Amino acid sequence: MPDFAAPSIEGSSNRRARIRDRMLARLHSRQETMAKCRKLIGYGYLCCLLAFIYVPILIMIAMGFNESSDYELPFRFSLIWYQQLAGNEVLWRAGRNSVILAVASTIVATIVGTMAALAMSRYRVRGHAILQILLLPPMAVPWLILATSMLIFFYHSGIGRGLHAMLLAHVALSLPYVIVVVGARFQSFAADLEEASATLGANPWQTFVRVTLPMIAPGVAAAALFAFAISFDQFVTSYFLAPPGVTTLPVEIYASIRKGFTPEINAISTIIMVVSMLLLGFVSRFYRFGGSK
Amino acid sequence: MKVSRTWIGYGLTAPAFVWLGITVFLPLAVMFYFSFMSRMPMGTAEVTFSLEQYASFFQRDFYRFLTWRSIMLGAQVTFFCVLIGYPAALVLARTVKGRWREAILLLVILPFWSNALIRIFAWTMVLRTDGVIDQVLHLLIPGAPSIGVLYSYPAVVIGLVHSFVPYMILTCYISLQAIDDSLIEAGQSLGGSNLTVFRRIILPLSLPGLLVGVVLIFIPVVGSFMEPRILGGRDGIMLGTVIEDQFTEVFNWPLGAALSFTLLGIVAIILALAYPFLKNRVKVA
Repeated sequence: MPDFAAPSIEGSSNRRARIRDRMLARLHSRQETMAKCRKLIGYGYLCCLLAFIYVPILIMIAMGFNESSDYELPFRFSLIWYQQLAGNEVLWRAGRNSVILAVASTIVATIVGTMAALAMSRYRVRGHAILQILLLPPMAVPWLILATSMLIFFYHSGIGRGLHAMLLAHVALSLPYVIVVVGARFQSFAADLEEASATLGANPWQTFVRVTLPMIAPGVAAAALFAFAISFDQFVTSYFLAPPGVTTLPVEIYASIRKGFTPEINAISTIIMVVSMLLLGFVSRFYRFGGSK
Repeated sequence: MKVSRTWIGYGLTAPAFVWLGITVFLPLAVMFYFSFMSRMPMGTAEVTFSLEQYASFFQRDFYRFLTWRSIMLGAQVTFFCVLIGYPAALVLARTVKGRWREAILLLVILPFWSNALIRIFAWTMVLRTDGVIDQVLHLLIPGAPSIGVLYSYPAVVIGLVHSFVPYMILTCYISLQAIDDSLIEAGQSLGGSNLTVFRRIILPLSLPGLLVGVVLIFIPVVGSFMEPRILGGRDGIMLGTVIEDQFTEVFNWPLGAALSFTLLGIVAIILALAYPFLKNRVKVA
């Protein structure tokens, strides 16, 4: 191999090096300004996006504090709609139904879902493939279809409509999410500890309570909060399964929107929004969104 | 011991099986059965079984037109979600770092777990004639024409894009942030321009996330009824709203069932097309 780095005339080599350094520096600074530029555009774009997402919501919230019943500007602060809300029996009853339903649905979905996740990740039994297929429809089929099919089936099988029917539906819609979230937690640690516990003479129940449960607790907590959010915000199934006189908040809000708007809906919507967002902020402490979902 | 372990396994999955059987499998089966009935099974009138409901779907232009409208709505909303969501995910995954990234991601997802109905309701306030856009416009330019678009097709698209764009950002972000930096550096050091690196490395590797987002958005939008109803007014008649009417106003459940199954067929075709890409994503335990 010939030696390409053979020394040439000293001065020329030095000059070349200086020129090269200068060009590199210039290139570097250009890259830096370009990177800065790109960053600026990127952040600007994200700000626009967040504005698109939040401005309508903030306007909705603000209008709940506006005195005009026709959402007229200029804005005059007033709590009149919240006062009216306090006296609205129908909305309060719907709200109570929503909370009862969400709590019941959360408890049932979390227990049933955790059991299934445990079996699917720790007990190799047949039938998992079928269960996995059954889990898909609540996530992949439009809720309108599920809701109307449940209405037909419940109506003709004697299950009927009402809070119990809504509970059946809400749990079914939450189950896949609970199983995915808790199942992911099971995947994140090996079965070694449980096997050790069994080897040391613990029965399956003791193993579950003393070893498994403490390990999956964060996943279960996150799943429970998801389940609560799904039920509390559930409109489609509740709408079709609600008999006259029994409603939940979303169903009642839909009815009011169709009848004509009042800022009272803004007030109750604001309350629901704040509760939901606080819940999710809470979930994010247990569950990282950047990762698997 | 071995046998009892198997039975514990069965016992643990049994409640989930029964629950989903009662709420998903049986209802869908019964609805399928219902879609062949000639009329509601009420009173003493005789019910015959035929393809009448499906035939009315294929004979009457109205239903075909509606189905086409719903599919177009799904396509347009999905297109705008990609257009808005993918760049946002790209910026989040490649430019924004550390704390800011987590914070912005949380801000994007936050409203998407809150009530969809309320977010749609919020848009009525912004879009209607004499709504917020109009009033702000009139403050800036007195005498400007009103641009309220509530109760029109664009309003439905705007509301649905607002509802579903977080899905796209999330699924694209997940696949974008999984791309190894060294691949991109390699592309750049081999002389690839930014565009080439994007086209040959970033886009192909993020395509699965993009497709998951497309499926996750297209399916619920095709079946949407509440959003077109509230924002679309008379222009908001879709397959979903007509199905809703069959169950809540007209009480022609067999026709509603047949329309639902047509919708389900569309969804099934989309899922089947997307299955090779979804297979490795929707893994449960």
